[in-house]
Amino acid sequence: MSEASPAKAYALHLGVIALLFVLSLLLPEYYHGLLARIMVLAVFAMGYNMLFGYVGLLSLGHAMFFAAGLYGAGLAIIQFDWSVPLAFLGGIACGAVLAMVIGLLALRTTGVAFMIVTMMFAQVFYLLILYFATWTGGDQGMVVPQPARVLSLGATSLELTNPTVRYMTALGLFSIVLLVTLAIVRSRYGRVLVAIRENEERTKMLGYDTFSNKLAAVVISGTICAASGAAYALLFGYVGSSFASVQYSILPLLWVLLGGAATTLGPLIGTLFMYYVIDVTSGYTSAYLLIVGIALILLVLFFPKGILGSIRQRWLEWLP
Amino acid sequence: MPLLTTKGLSRSFGGLRAVDDVNFALMPGEIRAVIGPNGAGKTTFVSLVSGRIAPSSGMIVFDGTDITGQPAYIRVRQGIAYTFQITSVFANLSAYDNVALPVQRTLSDGRSKGAVRAGVMATLERTGLADRAHMPAGQLSYGHQRLLEVAMGLALKPRLLILDEPTQGLADSEIDNFITLVREIAKNATVLLIEHNMPVVMHLADRITVFNAGKILAEGTPEAIRENAAVQEAYLGTAP
Repeated sequence: MSEASPAKAYALHLGVIALLFVLSLLLPEYYHGLLARIMVLAVFAMGYNMLFGYVGLLSLGHAMFFAAGLYGAGLAIIQFDWSVPLAFLGGIACGAVLAMVIGLLALRTTGVAFMIVTMMFAQVFYLLILYFATWTGGDQGMVVPQPARVLSLGATSLELTNPTVRYMTALGLFSIVLLVTLAIVRSRYGRVLVAIRENEERTKMLGYDTFSNKLAAVVISGTICAASGAAYALLFGYVGSSFASVQYSILPLLWVLLGGAATTLGPLIGTLFMYYVIDVTSGYTSAYLLIVGIALILLVLFFPKGILGSIRQRWLEWLP
Repeated sequence: MPLLTTKGLSRSFGGLRAVDDVNFALMPGEIRAVIGPNGAGKTTFVSLVSGRIAPSSGMIVFDGTDITGQPAYIRVRQGIAYTFQITSVFANLSAYDNVALPVQRTLSDGRSKGAVRAGVMATLERTGLADRAHMPAGQLSYGHQRLLEVAMGLALKPRLLILDEPTQGLADSEIDNFITLVREIAKNATVLLIEHNMPVVMHLADRITVFNAGKILAEGTPEAIRENAAVQEAYLGTAP
């Protein structure tokens, strides 16, 4: 957290990125799609972690930020024929603006009230998607047509449907967001966010405008989640209302709790872990959710700080 | 001109007038002690000054500006620092990070990492905590947590430092160091000290203000207060 061992932390994060790159060369094709999906959703979890882990604000409405990016990018392509980069930026912008508005309203509350308010806003967002079915496809969702999912860079054009391109794009987004979050949590601003989590009243008495700092954190968090949603629409081609449902507000919370709240790599570990537990157990039994549930309960009982959080507590205190 | 003045400052909690029509003035450079029996309104009074709670009526002027309506964080930026009666350091953060928070905010010279580090270490040296910089604040001894609390106040470079019962729970040996520290601080800042420990008050204070039942009962030099019959009555309950 403080000024200790910056080199170690950056080396570790660059190592993780390099490992994910090498994996793409080693793993069979099936895993490319799965890992690309996990990396994109890990970005969602990292955005959630920014607010939940570092500022201590538990939102139950982050599906709306993911969906804002998803629908922002999807509608831009399907309804307005925007290019891929523009649609991606459009999706991010939708999330940022939404986060600003929601932050201004929801941050008047704290604790349980904050959870309920964010959840209500997310439900409104979900119902709006269903209501404007002529535009959004309602509960059927929309498919982003393959020909539109091409990234033109001068003479060359990259098809985002190609597994390798998709993997590398997902890895690129994941790497940028990972390094940005690492830089933020190590910065002075990151120190203020943690101080707000630990004791907001005291932080005010050190001369900090905690409301503005929290609002900025909501916007950063919402923007990262929207980037994940926009990338999801472009890489996997499906824009569906289920991504705006309450389930997708709770999933990032679970991923972050599993991996370790307030650890930069925890969201990736948590998302990865959950996907593989589901992948493995569903091969044996149709009651795989039962096993997932038991695994979650055991983890919370014995590793309440999550996987990386426990490792940090016991062995590696320098983990950011 | 006084650094701090309050005019008709009042605060009620339900039917209780915790601070009742207080007119108070503090000159720059002073060490002022505020004493009084439990429940006299001392902590409420300094909470009003620091902006932690809003007054029911009255006015607070700091350095010529009416600050009555300003939120606490703005007042801190103008130079009013408050150290808590109940130690409220960030227990899970290192002593270093605890002090870095006020240091990084008061730095005007940009964003260099070295400046924060230098500022933090200087403050920790001054309070004798430098060798414990990387311990989590919650693992420091109680006395050291009190010192850390003062260090955080100091790092704000305040013009007015409010210390709310700083020596509570300290050992005698720690108290001597503490008196020296407050004298040091007072060279650059005005100090408003709420304190129960009378030897500390008599050692440090230039003037003493006595609160009783939300009002100022008496004000004067330590000698004058010691001789004051009304004060003795408030403290000891002597029949008139």
